Amino acid sequence: MASDGIGASVLRKEDRRFLTGAGTYTDDVKRPNQAHMHIVRSPHAHARIRSVEADAARRAPGVLLVLTGADLAAEKIGNIPTGWLIHSKDGKPMVEPPHPALVADRVRHVGDQVAIVVAETREQAREGAALLEVDYEDLPAVGTVSKAISAGAPLVWDQAKGNTCYDWHVGDAAAVQAAFKNAHKIVKLDFVNNRLVPNAIEPRAAIGEYDRATGDLTLTTTSQNPHLTRLLLAAFSMGVPESKLRVVAPDVGGGFGSKIFHYAEEFLVLWAARKLGRPVRWTAQRSESFMSDAHGRDHVGHAELALDKDGHFLGLHVAEVVNMGAYLSTFAPVIPTYLHGILYAGAYKTPAIYDEVRAVFTNTVPVDAVRGAGRPEATYVLERLADLAARELGVDRVEIRRRNFIDKFPYQTPVALQYDSGNYFATLDAALDKSRWSTFEERRAEARKRGKLRGIGISTYVEACGIAPSAVVGALGARAGLYESANVRVHPTGTVSVFTGTHSHGQGHETTFAQLVADRLGIGVDKVEIVHGDTSKIPFGMGTYGSRSLAVGGTAIVNAVDKIIAKGRKIAAHLLEAGEGDVEFRDGKYVVAGTDRSKSFGDVALTAYVPHKYPAGLEPGLEENAFYDPKNFTFPAGCHVCEVEIDPDTGVVEVVGFTVCDDVGTVINPMIVAGQVHGGVTQGIGQALLENCVYDPDSGQLLSGSFLSYTLPRASDVPSYDLSTRTTPCTHNPIGAKGVGEVGAIGAPPAVMNAVVDALAHLGVRHVEMPATPERVWRVIRDARKA
Amino acid sequence: MPRISLRLNGKPASAEVESRTLLVDLLREHLGLTGTHVGCDTSQCGACVVHVDGRSVKSCTMFALEAEGREVTTIEGLAKGDELHPMQAAFHQNHGLQCGFCTPGMVMSAVDLVNRHPGASEAEIREWLEGNFCRCTGYHNIVKAVQSAAGGGRSSTTARR
Repeated sequence: MASDGIGASVLRKEDRRFLTGAGTYTDDVKRPNQAHMHIVRSPHAHARIRSVEADAARRAPGVLLVLTGADLAAEKIGNIPTGWLIHSKDGKPMVEPPHPALVADRVRHVGDQVAIVVAETREQAREGAALLEVDYEDLPAVGTVSKAISAGAPLVWDQAKGNTCYDWHVGDAAAVQAAFKNAHKIVKLDFVNNRLVPNAIEPRAAIGEYDRATGDLTLTTTSQNPHLTRLLLAAFSMGVPESKLRVVAPDVGGGFGSKIFHYAEEFLVLWAARKLGRPVRWTAQRSESFMSDAHGRDHVGHAELALDKDGHFLGLHVAEVVNMGAYLSTFAPVIPTYLHGILYAGAYKTPAIYDEVRAVFTNTVPVDAVRGAGRPEATYVLERLADLAARELGVDRVEIRRRNFIDKFPYQTPVALQYDSGNYFATLDAALDKSRWSTFEERRAEARKRGKLRGIGISTYVEACGIAPSAVVGALGARAGLYESANVRVHPTGTVSVFTGTHSHGQGHETTFAQLVADRLGIGVDKVEIVHGDTSKIPFGMGTYGSRSLAVGGTAIVNAVDKIIAKGRKIAAHLLEAGEGDVEFRDGKYVVAGTDRSKSFGDVALTAYVPHKYPAGLEPGLEENAFYDPKNFTFPAGCHVCEVEIDPDTGVVEVVGFTVCDDVGTVINPMIVAGQVHGGVTQGIGQALLENCVYDPDSGQLLSGSFLSYTLPRASDVPSYDLSTRTTPCTHNPIGAKGVGEVGAIGAPPAVMNAVVDALAHLGVRHVEMPATPERVWRVIRDARKA
Repeated sequence: MPRISLRLNGKPASAEVESRTLLVDLLREHLGLTGTHVGCDTSQCGACVVHVDGRSVKSCTMFALEAEGREVTTIEGLAKGDELHPMQAAFHQNHGLQCGFCTPGMVMSAVDLVNRHPGASEAEIREWLEGNFCRCTGYHNIVKAVQSAAGGGRSSTTARR
């Protein structure tokens, strides 16, 4: 292993600019003559727009432009599209309502865009907007999933009967029914998967620019996915070819899913910039983020697990209702279906599985992917059921998992996926050992002396990431491919620029990808520069989400590097006057096998650009492209163990220990991998204990619309973590990488909740809903003691 | 519009601002120092922390005019040329940052913590950082970085010139 190659914790190349205040986030980009956009948003969850009176706003000091939904409709501008088409059980396509960038007739959630006011200053735009009068006729609203499916519920969309977007299923209903007939025991769980607000610390922002001379449009935006944004703008709303539209996502301050999607504001700044011939900028205030960023999770359901007398899982049936919000966001339809239902095998050999998912519209912000996206929801149900089954059958919680673990690979699940590799026993054993699971009862007894209720919980999970291949997802309803591109340019001096279609917004690709390339080429990490986030530089890309960047984007890079090495071999063979087949490439040198005659990679690079002594018929230059379409998903897995202490007087849950052992495939940079797990676990603890997005069921008002009412995990809410990895490489990509971005958020919530229930089990508590806030836990304890 | 003059990162600075202008907007919009960030509108996230007369302050909670004649240090003023401040170096060494957006406020807050409480325990560090949100790191490596910088001796609170 080279000191800075694969497996080395190389310190990050990107750190210095962030540490010195020299990072360039979208809101840091200032343009001469720029104007400021303010968005007038609906204060109502559901209302008819009777009229919009904009004259006073137009006359306000500094106001340059006011545009409404009527202006958008008059120009016949296309709607914001969604990227997946899901079909219901009966074969009918989902209800796909229009999503205009500005609403003309009927607003459908608090925060829906009604008009924009563009002015010389941010303050003038805001003050002008205050003068815009919108006359609303309030309509009955649907604020929650439960309300949406209740009898006689108001309709969010007239064409969606019962507010249903689709009614999808996966698996074999008959096989599950048969399994239940033969069961020794059926364990049941009603569950809620709480709605989350992603809350990247950088609010979304966008700057539109228009060059009157060339007609070129430039969008600078907080995006995880600049090429997709360009494609959607070009094809649906801006009416220009991609060649006239550049999308730049510079430094992006966290995404967690929320910045994958194409949002109305990205169109609006470009639309206004083209009309004004001036740069137009917008940055969300945090309260605006709460009501306009896509949210996550929000499932309500019932699950049943059938078991034999020894605790073997025989069949699983889940029926759930999931929230789409008022409109279909970019990836919304696929999250609770093909990123969720097919995860119900988890780490277990359950032979029969059936999941039914009814997606409903509500008068809330659209719901889409948030870190984990569909997979945490499945893991939560499965891992709560495993614990309940153990308790109700009197089998040890760890033992019941071992008995059901998948132990042969490849493994075909009954819900579409084929796992290529894994060793669930290895991660389980490591996590049990490091968490001192076997001596827990001593700690429980000691805590009891202090008046605290201590519990321990476990979860063993499997994730599917790097969603693929394109032909399969296309057959399932994807309207885009899921490959990745790379361009590798070797410069004459032997330094390398790598252009990747993935995007880094905290993941450290500038370092990890440089290690990957440096390792393969046998050069220093400092010789490799990673470029991302600009459609004018990068051939194409599908962005970063679903833990795909290394497994998919990294493989594209490796494939391009391998083409470079192959071309370099021809050049080296010519220089060395050897046969191409006799030349080996190792440690940054082309060597004639069995001799000490060699040419360095740098010499070959220079020769490619100064081709004086050069193979006949070979093109000069050393630059290659690769597009990689994966053969399969990758399947990270692992075990999380959480230890909590509950104060029975206050209901406060303290996480006192958290142990993780993950198998994320080949690890390039252990330091960065650990950082990803730290962050994911913290978001998982956040979902389990703190975070809850609440809408009033009847008014549809957002009740948790700021950091005052939505609890983000703080430093004092979480402990330090104990992490380790066990590796089984992915078998179908050349790196062996599986993905690490989401494992923490997937494994943690059930580990925490299983620990909370364990702490309270002696009181007869069987289940606690997330988030286990002090109030909720206090009530659970009080009710248990009454009973 | 009133004119404000202050010392910014060790040098005199001055601008004309509306009286309602916040200190963070003076820095970002009038004086071109975009290292100080804005992550919320309720003074909770801490991305905007700077030092005023050596003490950490959320610059979204202060009017620009309140900084008249005072010494303001931002993240841009912390390093000594190419040499990172020990706290910046500790964040780098310990992977205490990912997307980098909360980092300037986090570092400025941590520098003040170590100045005031050089021997702070892990629990004290976590409590101090309650006013600084990070969504990426889970705080694990931030706490390690602060502990490591605290172990490295007392650090300077004012700008290095």
